[in-house]
Amino acid sequence: MTTYYNEMVDGGRVREPYAMLSDWIETMPAEIRQMKQAEAEALFRRIGITFAVYGEGGDPDRLIPFDMMPRVFLQGEWRRLERGIKQRARALNAFLRDVYGRGEIVRAGRIPARLVYRNAAYEKAVVGFVPPRGVFSHIVGIDIVRTGRDEFYVLEDNCRTPSGVSYMLENREIMMRMFPALFRNNRIEPVDQYPELLRRTLASVAPAKCEDAPTIVILTPGHYNSAYYEHSFLANLMGVELVEGSDLFVDGGFVYMRTTQGPKRVDVIYRRIDDQFLDPLCFRRDSMLGVPGLMDVWRSGGVSIASAPGAGVADDKAVYTFVPEMIRFYLGEEPLLRNVQTWTLWKDDDYRYVMANLKDLVVKEVHGSGGYGMLIGPRATRAEIESFAGRIKADPGNYIAQPVLALSTSPTFVEEGVAPRHVDLRPFCLCGDRIELVPGGLTRVALREGSLVVNSSQGGGVKDTWVLSE
Amino acid sequence: MLSRTAANLFWMGRHLERAETAARLLDVGARITLLPNTAEGYRNEWGSLLRASGAQAAFAEGYGDEITQENIESWLFFDRGNPSSVASCIERAREGGRIVRTALTSQVWDALNMAYQDLRALERRPRGHLDTAMLTDFTTRHGSTVRGAINATQLRNDGWHFLNLGYLLERADATARLLDVKYYVLLPRVEFVGSGLDNYQWQVILRALSAHRAFHWAYGGEVTASKVADFLILNGESPRSLLTSLYEAVWHLDGLVRRYGDEVPASASARAHETLDQLVRRDIEAIFDEGLHEFLSWFINEVASISNGVHDDYLSGRM
Repeated sequence: MTTYYNEMVDGGRVREPYAMLSDWIETMPAEIRQMKQAEAEALFRRIGITFAVYGEGGDPDRLIPFDMMPRVFLQGEWRRLERGIKQRARALNAFLRDVYGRGEIVRAGRIPARLVYRNAAYEKAVVGFVPPRGVFSHIVGIDIVRTGRDEFYVLEDNCRTPSGVSYMLENREIMMRMFPALFRNNRIEPVDQYPELLRRTLASVAPAKCEDAPTIVILTPGHYNSAYYEHSFLANLMGVELVEGSDLFVDGGFVYMRTTQGPKRVDVIYRRIDDQFLDPLCFRRDSMLGVPGLMDVWRSGGVSIASAPGAGVADDKAVYTFVPEMIRFYLGEEPLLRNVQTWTLWKDDDYRYVMANLKDLVVKEVHGSGGYGMLIGPRATRAEIESFAGRIKADPGNYIAQPVLALSTSPTFVEEGVAPRHVDLRPFCLCGDRIELVPGGLTRVALREGSLVVNSSQGGGVKDTWVLSE
Repeated sequence: MLSRTAANLFWMGRHLERAETAARLLDVGARITLLPNTAEGYRNEWGSLLRASGAQAAFAEGYGDEITQENIESWLFFDRGNPSSVASCIERAREGGRIVRTALTSQVWDALNMAYQDLRALERRPRGHLDTAMLTDFTTRHGSTVRGAINATQLRNDGWHFLNLGYLLERADATARLLDVKYYVLLPRVEFVGSGLDNYQWQVILRALSAHRAFHWAYGGEVTASKVADFLILNGESPRSLLTSLYEAVWHLDGLVRRYGDEVPASASARAHETLDQLVRRDIEAIFDEGLHEFLSWFINEVASISNGVHDDYLSGRM
C-alpha cells in the first residue's frame, strides 16, 4: 500500500501553511460553500474562460472545474523550488544553443547523438543560428510533483508553448473577488505581474535590426483552438495584437501585419502554433496557419520568434532523462530538482526489466502528451497490459517507463466536504535578458478519488496556488 | 488596428442590427396571423416581408406555403438555416466578438456573451412555453444591453467607428429594402386611397420599423403615403430613416479619415458624402416623380458601394 504525502496534515497535525485555512474550511457552512462554488462557475462562464478538448465533441465551451481550496507553499519551500526551476531553464537553453551549434555535449559523449540529431523535433533549418541573447525557449513550463516534505520531482519539461498561465491568473482573480478576507488576513505573494514580465521578456529578445521600441504580437492558430482564450487574454493584458497567420506577410526581409492603416512592421512573435505550421515554405506546405517566408526573416535577424523553432528537442521524454547531465555539463552544478527514475526501452536491460514489471510501472510514448497514449500499470487490466506490451514490442524506441509516483495530496472540496486529492504544479519560467519566475503557478488536481491523472482532458481540475510571504 | 479585427467589429455591428430587424419582422408577422384571411389578403403581407429579407425561396423550402405562427417563429428566430434569423445573427455576432475580444471592453463582451448564453437556455425550453412577445422582447432587450454597453464603455477609437458603421450601413440597407418591397403601397393610387387595406399596409411598414408611435409624434393627423415615405426616407429625426442612417455613417467615416490622415485611402468617405449630398437635395415629391422603386434601387446600390469602399480602404489588409 503506497502512502501519499498529504500537504495539509503531517504527523496528525495541520501543517503551518494550511493552518489558517483550516478554520476557514471548518466555519464555512455547506450551503455557503455550494453557493460560492456556483458563483465561481458563473464567473468563469461569464468571462468566457473555457476549454475545448480536441476530438471529444460535446460542449465546445466546457469549463475546467475550479476548486476553491487553494494549494499553499511556504516561502522557504518556494525559494528552493524557484532555484531548481531557474537552474533547469538555464540548462535547457544552454543545451539548445549547443545542439544547434557545435554539439559539445554530444561530442563529450554525455548524450547519444541519435537522441538529438534524429529527434523529430530537431530542426535542421535552425542549425548554426543563434537567436537574440542565445535564448531558444522563452517560456519554460516545468511540471513538478511532490512526494514528501522536501521531495520534489520534475515530471516533464515544456519548452515550446506551455499553456495554462491564464488559469493561474484567473484563478487568483476569482479567489480575490470571492474571498477578499482571506487575502487581507494572509500575506500571499501576487502573481498579476506575469503579463508585464512576459512583455518585458519578449521585448528583451527583439532582433538586432529593430531600432525602436519593438512591436510584439501573439500568433494564434485561431479561435477554434482550445487555448484561444489564453491567447486573447495574454494579448489583452500585454496590450499587443493577437494575430493569425493570414494577418502577417513577409516583404523585403521583414514581417508586417495588415492593419487598417496599411502594413506595420512586427519585431517579436510570441507564437502559439507548432513548428511545423510556422512557415509553409520551410515546414508543412499545406499549413494555412503560418506565414510564408517567416523562417528566412528569422534567420536573417529581421524578427524574433518565441519560442524559437526547434526548441522542442529539449523537452521530449527521451531527452528528459539527460537534463541532470545537462545541468552538470553546462552549469557545473548539481541538479536541485530531481528527475523521476526513467527506463528507456531502447536499452536492452531496461527493456527486459520493464516488460517483466509492466503491472507496476507507468509507460509513456516519447512524443505523447496530455495523458494520452500511456499505460498506468497498477490501474490497467491484464488485457490492457497485454495489448500495450504488443505496441511496445513493435517499436521499443518510442517508449519510456517510470515508477508510479506517489503524488502528494492537497485538501479539495468534494461532495462530502473536504478530502485529499492528488495534485501537480506547473510554474512558468521566463527567459530573456533575465530569468524570472512569478511566485505561483498552475496547480492541477485529480478530482476523482484515488486518481493520479490531473490532465484537464481526463477529469482534472485547477486550484489557485499560494506562496506565503515571510 | 488589424484589418481582420476591424472587419470582425464591422460585421459584429451588422449582425447585431440584423438580429433586431428579424425580431421586428417577427412582431409584424405574428400580428398578421391574428387577422382574418381575405382574398387579397393580409396574409400576403407576410409574403412581402419575406421578400424584404430576400428569403422567400428558402422559407418555402423549409416550411412550404403554410404560414403559421410557429413557422414564422421558427424561421425568423430559431432557424440556423436562415442566416438572418435572430439565433444565427446573435451566434455570429458573439463568434466575431470572441475573435476580437481584445478590442471589446469586458462590459460589451459580457453583454454579448450573456445574450448568447440566454439564447442557448431559450433554445432548450419547450417551444410551447414560449410566445412571440417573449422572443421579440428577448431580442430587443439584449440588443439594447449590448448597444448600451458599447456606447457607455467602448473607447471612441477606430474600432468604435467600424462597429457603428456596421450597425448604420445595415440599418440603411434594411429600411430601404423594406420600403422597396412595399413601394407600390406608398405610391398614391386612386383606387386604394382611404381603403382599409391601404391604411393597414402603411401601419405594417411603420410597425416593421418600430416607427408607428414615433410617426404620430412627428406628423400627427392622418396617415398618408407621402408622410410615411417622408418619415422613413428624409426625416432627420426618425432614427431608422435613410437620411439619419447615412448621416451618422458619414460622421463615423469622417472620424476615420481624421484619425488616419492622408496616407490611407478614403474612397468610402468620398462616396458616402456624395450620396448624402444627393439625398438631401431631394424632397419627397421629387422622389415620387423619379419613381420610388428607382430611387430605392439607387440608394441600396449606393450603400453597397460605400460598404465595399470600407472593405477596400480598411478591411482588406493592403500590403
